[in-house]
Amino acid sequence: MTDFSKRSVIKLAALTAVAAAALVGCGKKEEPKAEAPAAAPAKAEPLKIAFAYVGPVGDGGWTFAHDNGRKAVEKEFGDKVVTSFVEKVPESADAERVIRDMAGQGNKLIFGTTFGYMEPMLKVAADMKDVKFEHATGYKSADNMRTYDSRTYEGAYMAGVVAGKMTKSNTLGVVASIPIPEVIRNINSFTLGAQSVNPKIKTKVVWVNEWFNPPKETEAATALINGGADVLMQNTDSSAVLQTAEKLGKRAFGWDSDMTAYGPKAHLGSAVINWGPYYIKAVRDALEGKWTGNQAAWWGVKEGAIDFVSIAADVPEETKKKLDEVKAGLKDGSFAIWKGPIVGQDGKEVLAKDAVADDKFLGGINFYVKGVDGKIPSGK
Amino acid sequence: METYALLIAATLNAGTVLAIAALGLLINEKAGVVNLGAEGMMLCAAIAGFAAVVHTGNDWLGFAAGMGAGALLAAVFGLLVIWLGTNQYATGLALSLFGVGFSAFAGIGYVQDKLPERVQHAIPLLADIPLLGQALFRQHPLVYVAMALCVGLIWFLDRTRTGLVLRAVGESPEAAHALGYPVRRIRLVAVVTGGALCGLAGAYISVIYTPLWVEGMVAGKGWIALALTTFATWRPARVLLGAYLFGGVTMLQFHLQGAGVEVPSEALSSLPYVATIVVLALISRNPTWIRVNMPASLGRAFHPGS
Amino acid sequence: MLRLEPRPQASKVWSWASPLLALVLTVLIGIALFAALGKDPVRALQMFFWEPLKSTYAIGELMVKATPLLLIALGLAVCFRSNVWNIGAEGQFVIGAVCAGGVALLADKTTGGWIMPGVLLAGVLGGMLWAGLTALLRDRFHANEILVSLMLVYVAIMVLSYLVYGPWKDPAGYNFPQTRTFEKVTQIPRLMSGSRVNLGLLISLVGAVLLWIFLFRTRAGFAQQVGGLAPAAARYAGFSSRKALWIALLVSGGAAGLAGALEVAGPLGQLTPYVPAGYGFAAIIVAFVGRLHPLGMVLSAVLMSMFYIGGELAQSRLGLPKSITGVFQGLLLFCLLACDTLVAYRIRWDTGLGAARKGQVA
Repeated sequence: MTDFSKRSVIKLAALTAVAAAALVGCGKKEEPKAEAPAAAPAKAEPLKIAFAYVGPVGDGGWTFAHDNGRKAVEKEFGDKVVTSFVEKVPESADAERVIRDMAGQGNKLIFGTTFGYMEPMLKVAADMKDVKFEHATGYKSADNMRTYDSRTYEGAYMAGVVAGKMTKSNTLGVVASIPIPEVIRNINSFTLGAQSVNPKIKTKVVWVNEWFNPPKETEAATALINGGADVLMQNTDSSAVLQTAEKLGKRAFGWDSDMTAYGPKAHLGSAVINWGPYYIKAVRDALEGKWTGNQAAWWGVKEGAIDFVSIAADVPEETKKKLDEVKAGLKDGSFAIWKGPIVGQDGKEVLAKDAVADDKFLGGINFYVKGVDGKIPSGK
Repeated sequence: METYALLIAATLNAGTVLAIAALGLLINEKAGVVNLGAEGMMLCAAIAGFAAVVHTGNDWLGFAAGMGAGALLAAVFGLLVIWLGTNQYATGLALSLFGVGFSAFAGIGYVQDKLPERVQHAIPLLADIPLLGQALFRQHPLVYVAMALCVGLIWFLDRTRTGLVLRAVGESPEAAHALGYPVRRIRLVAVVTGGALCGLAGAYISVIYTPLWVEGMVAGKGWIALALTTFATWRPARVLLGAYLFGGVTMLQFHLQGAGVEVPSEALSSLPYVATIVVLALISRNPTWIRVNMPASLGRAFHPGS
Repeated sequence: MLRLEPRPQASKVWSWASPLLALVLTVLIGIALFAALGKDPVRALQMFFWEPLKSTYAIGELMVKATPLLLIALGLAVCFRSNVWNIGAEGQFVIGAVCAGGVALLADKTTGGWIMPGVLLAGVLGGMLWAGLTALLRDRFHANEILVSLMLVYVAIMVLSYLVYGPWKDPAGYNFPQTRTFEKVTQIPRLMSGSRVNLGLLISLVGAVLLWIFLFRTRAGFAQQVGGLAPAAARYAGFSSRKALWIALLVSGGAAGLAGALEVAGPLGQLTPYVPAGYGFAAIIVAFVGRLHPLGMVLSAVLMSMFYIGGELAQSRLGLPKSITGVFQGLLLFCLLACDTLVAYRIRWDTGLGAARKGQVA
């Protein structure tokens, strides 16, 4: 009985394997058939665009905002483009394979939405000269690769204006991610904004060393609130900070996208990034043959890439008016956030009176302004 | 002073997850079975609990769903390990890997969901005691459940006959079998109970601690819970204290940062693991100590009649 | 009622058929999953089993992914066969990468090509050091090597984190946590242009051959395994269990460390916080599915790589979720462990008649 059953099971396994191989082999033939009809019509082929995301599309934050930008492109250009995306591509050796596969699949314009894709994109760009690469938040470019970023610090400043007004303890808290200049600049801008309406505030910072880790963000937010902060801002990508504030009866802001729904009582406003305008411009450049590499675009409120939305009802009218003034000033260039005199933590002036910081200065900020407590974590 | 009270409160909250999971694993290990799949079970329970609350709005149903998920996975593990005699460590690892992937998979539709508003709990009267009230009496009921569980387990293991039988199975399944006890069934019950508790801990994370669903949100707590049972030399009271200690490490780190004290975060973060290694080395050094502390049949399969 | 009856001796046929059956079961469950998700199961299977083999570049990528898995698994095979349960290969991989990275960072534009083997050697030594810690604790303190090696994984990740956030951070890197890119001279030579396959592949294949020779043709290898199978007999024969412990851990630590070095001096080219990619844990599955046999492990390493790469492709081309890969890997191991029972047991049906005969069989 046993020998028989043993043999029959082996036979079944072998048959299944053969059947599977046959199926797979047959299935393979589908691909060439699908290619043929596409080549027939003579009109211009749609531009194939691919997006590489570091997080899940549903994160409600960074990746969600990028995907909204992608959808804006689809809406704007209709059947002139075909978009696709791969989410949760790790910032490691795997990224190169995914990006190379995207290029290999006929995508002619590829967006890499996180810093960690810089080296992989450079490598693939060197090998695939007919593909255009757009890299977010990086600093290396090539003839067929350029960088883009958004002036998140403008959103941070506007949040600061509201925070300065709404705080009762005069202590603000920031849940910060990784100590790169962008994040430090945001902490500083948040503080500057608050100081513009309330010179007495202090900002405390807790670093979680990750972009996205809701449990850790919750713990960091709790620590800040326990330390006296009653208005929180974040530079991390989930809604955990806002939810914690909601639970503990404090106020907080949404970041990257509108997070009102996650903490209706706590929400003061959301500093959102709108990638649509830039993505539409980049695609238009590519479609019209005007795309060139070796450029760095840095868009803010002026170009429609940054906004501060869903301001809470209990924020006083005068603050709302001030925000409108700031936005208008940023749009027409009459207002600059980083305009001297600005003093560092040590009391020394970093920007003289009436001097306006240029992008180079802003790109390398590695110090806290006066009013921020603590030290920037660096080599320990 | 108030900051300390708040820190204690936050630590109790953070440690509860570890405590419940580790106590569940303790029950497993007292019976002689190591379940390395804690992380996978907790993650599946987290999504099960979260989904249940999203659909029904009832937290307790969420906890029940989490316990169910944990128990189910543990049962599969138990059947493989106890009846088919598969290698406990490999099977546990497979469970972990599977659980991580499956939870991410099942949770795809829930990533942007929110739960109904979380209530701030407080025990009336007791919560108003200055300082102490803030530190101890404003917690979610499960925090107290963890403490009760610990006490209950001590009583169960030391004072009841069933507890004694469980320990006997863990020390010497052959002897227990010779005495006529259904060793495999007892082990299965222990494994399933342990799984249910791990599931409760997992559901607590996604329903109460950070009311969101994100894949991988258990973030290694399952592995810490495993370390914890060893660190605590398989005693419930030590497990509870150790849980607060380990749970408190991250909170402490953030509180210190917020207070402006510069801390080398990696050193602090690795403390629980280093501490576990040190304790392991210390208790294993002396063969008598190890026999006194560690269930002798831990990790070994049992085959009646072999 | 199903009943398990121990076989008088392990079934040789099932030894080989079990992994195949496990694979078939996993694929069947996979088909059901794909169908449930509304995706074409045949296309999905293509992503996993055909696309990764379609072109030279694709095969190259498969090899790039399989190399660390195979290397680590080879080392783990020595361990598991000696009944030493090294679960911490991931930590040894990371420390190997760290040491290799440290040596690579010493290079500048004028350094000669000799540094490349130095980088690899540093990786091996680093991995050995880390595994040696586990060996020491087990040898001197009888500490359970499973828990110790597992805890050391987390400590290793913290060490890496400390270095890339701190002393080794690229000064020109805008404070991002990563080291600078290693000089070209430290890079592992590629085997052919147009592909990322490098010397690591050859090293791991040679390793497989060496392992085969060691396990099946040398006295030392024999002694190593007997210690695992029958410790009392081993002691009686004079094989030192202590030596076996150290050899097992040092070899697997060195292998994992080498894999780490190949990864950072190869496709990665720098140290980042993302070096721990889970290879150390996946290699455990590779080792088991490959039956702890060098040839089997070569095949299972390729299979696991197909799962990884197939999962990526299924995501980018079909919109299947990325988590599918983890589900499959876990499922494969589960099915394998379940099917393995057939090696040691037979399944018997108990009908009414069978119940009556049961007394005679036992």
